[in-house]
Amino acid sequence: MSAMDVQRASRTVVVSNPQGLHARPAHEFVKLASQFQAKIELVKGHERVDGKSILALLTLAAGPGTELRIEAEGGDAETALEALAELLAHNFAEDNPNNEA
Amino acid sequence: MQRLQGIAVSPGVAIGEALVLDREGFRIPRRFVARDAVESELARLAEARRAAAAEIERNRDAVTRELGPQYGAIFAAHLQMLNDPQLQQELEQLITQRHYSPEYAVSRTLRRYAKVFESLESSLLAARAGDIADIEKRLLRHLLGERREEIAHLTSPVLVLAYSLTPSEAANLDRRYVRGFVTETGAAGSHTAIVAEALAIPAVVGTGPFLSEVSGGDLVIIDGNQGLVILQPDEQTIARYQREAEQQRSLETRLAALTELPAVTTDGTRIHVLGNIEFPHEARLCRELGCDGIGLYRTEFLYLSSDTVPDEEDHYQAYAYVMRQMESKPVVIRTLDLGADKLAVVAHRASDEEPNPFLGLRSIRLSLRNLPLFRTQLRALLRASVLGELRIMFPLISTVMELRQARMVLADVMEDLEEAQIPFRRQLQVGMMVEVPAAVIMIDQFVEEVDFLSIGTNDLIQYALAVDRSNKEVAGLYSAADPAVLRLIQLAVRGARQGNRPISLCGQMSGYPMYTMLLLGLGIRQLSVPPAAIPEIKQVCRSVSLAQCEEVAARAMALEHARDVAAYLREATRKAVPELVV
Repeated sequence: MSAMDVQRASRTVVVSNPQGLHARPAHEFVKLASQFQAKIELVKGHERVDGKSILALLTLAAGPGTELRIEAEGGDAETALEALAELLAHNFAEDNPNNEA
Repeated sequence: MQRLQGIAVSPGVAIGEALVLDREGFRIPRRFVARDAVESELARLAEARRAAAAEIERNRDAVTRELGPQYGAIFAAHLQMLNDPQLQQELEQLITQRHYSPEYAVSRTLRRYAKVFESLESSLLAARAGDIADIEKRLLRHLLGERREEIAHLTSPVLVLAYSLTPSEAANLDRRYVRGFVTETGAAGSHTAIVAEALAIPAVVGTGPFLSEVSGGDLVIIDGNQGLVILQPDEQTIARYQREAEQQRSLETRLAALTELPAVTTDGTRIHVLGNIEFPHEARLCRELGCDGIGLYRTEFLYLSSDTVPDEEDHYQAYAYVMRQMESKPVVIRTLDLGADKLAVVAHRASDEEPNPFLGLRSIRLSLRNLPLFRTQLRALLRASVLGELRIMFPLISTVMELRQARMVLADVMEDLEEAQIPFRRQLQVGMMVEVPAAVIMIDQFVEEVDFLSIGTNDLIQYALAVDRSNKEVAGLYSAADPAVLRLIQLAVRGARQGNRPISLCGQMSGYPMYTMLLLGLGIRQLSVPPAAIPEIKQVCRSVSLAQCEEVAARAMALEHARDVAAYLREATRKAVPELVV
């Protein structure tokens, strides 16, 4: 991949589901993030973690209302960012606590 | 550095590498890998991860099929954790850069994550620590595989740190290499605690959970005198304990010189120091330490160490071994002293659950209710009686009727042997434990019916003070120094004297040097103590006069509180025998 192809994108989203970014949503996030080539990172305040690492994501302990910045870098960064931001902001709203492992 | 307070069950100090056994007895070894082994170790880790992943996938598919996809998702998350890129990177770094073994790297890294999750405020996330533990176990199981090392195959000195150890596990510890042990569970007076004392290695039990804080190979200090466990000790602490261990060794060397010398007070009274043993092999240790015989051979381990009821031959072999070790010295063997709850083979006969096992069907009561079991033991005892000075002792006697019943069964077994023309010593001495307050109160009647008595302070204290010392809430009320306990001992000794019967003391109390002067002062002339305590107790006997002891006893008896009694006795012993640490 040449330097020209490298895309960088970032967006700030607010964790919307009432349980925060706990195991199941984190699992979904990592599953989705891992489908992209781009390097994905999540930033919460001064903490920066690998968006493809479930352990790292969980240690962020991002509760409801937390502001997270998603940063993507790589060929499919834009697409990745779009999908991940969508997941974080909306899809977890349907999260059903009864499904929690 | 982290200090943990537990219950001191066997004295001494040990410093060394930890061998950690988790709840399932799984060992986590630390092995640094050789530089040239890094590649093969990485491959081993990768293989373990593949195997663990395949296992999780199978679980996921099965659970999804049977319970639905939302349950299968639990395993999907596990799989994601197992394959976490950050985790993989961390593990590989520890192996390639720090030359950790994969086992150690896995256990260290995953425990760190578990700890982070536990510290998170969200209870949903804290619960993930359990998932991490699950993954750790899975990986370790695959890593260790067939190479899993058992504590039975040790090759270097270790301190065993475990969730719990059963009495037989403790008994089977390899004494050449196990220098001490700590268990998260357990209580003073438990069989495991008694075994620790018998093994003469420092031991602490009942620390509460801490195993998640240590890994195999960590430097640990066990302070069996204070009941302390120190994890990651600092330089200063290590140095202090090394000095203490050094002093302990030099004291042992000096005490060893006492082996050949009798326990005689400075004014010429001969005191008999006998050994308390659990296992036949301890008899040899007692002999080497210069004991005057075995004052208490607890036979419970014959019943506890295997799943089947011991037969007559099992009993006989154990007793015969001890008799040969002791030659002509007396050997007091106590008949079964277990509760029905501990004895699976007869438990079904007891009413399902005993709400109060200490006041229930145990000890001599159990023997009298299970005559075949009792008779088997008595037959073996009688057969071994021809080998030396064997004496039979009945435990937990609370009424004269009970004692007579036990003696009747014994007489009956004697007749059987006679008929079968099996030799035994008809004149053998028969005695009883004085450990129920009722036996002390009625001592004048009992002395008429036995050849000797032995005060068992462990139970006597518990019954007199109504305290279960394994119950943390009230354990503080349990004290051998309680004035009521001292009076009971005094009454028992007086009664035995008036009846002209020898009386010894064989509870744990007798093994603590701080009580020796008091006990001699109260008129005790026979002390039966754990093997390791024999030299120390001899040392006290040889350093004091009876007059001195009587004065100490008189003063102790005048004090109101257990605490004051203990402080006074400690002080008096320190003055009389300054070289001992009490």
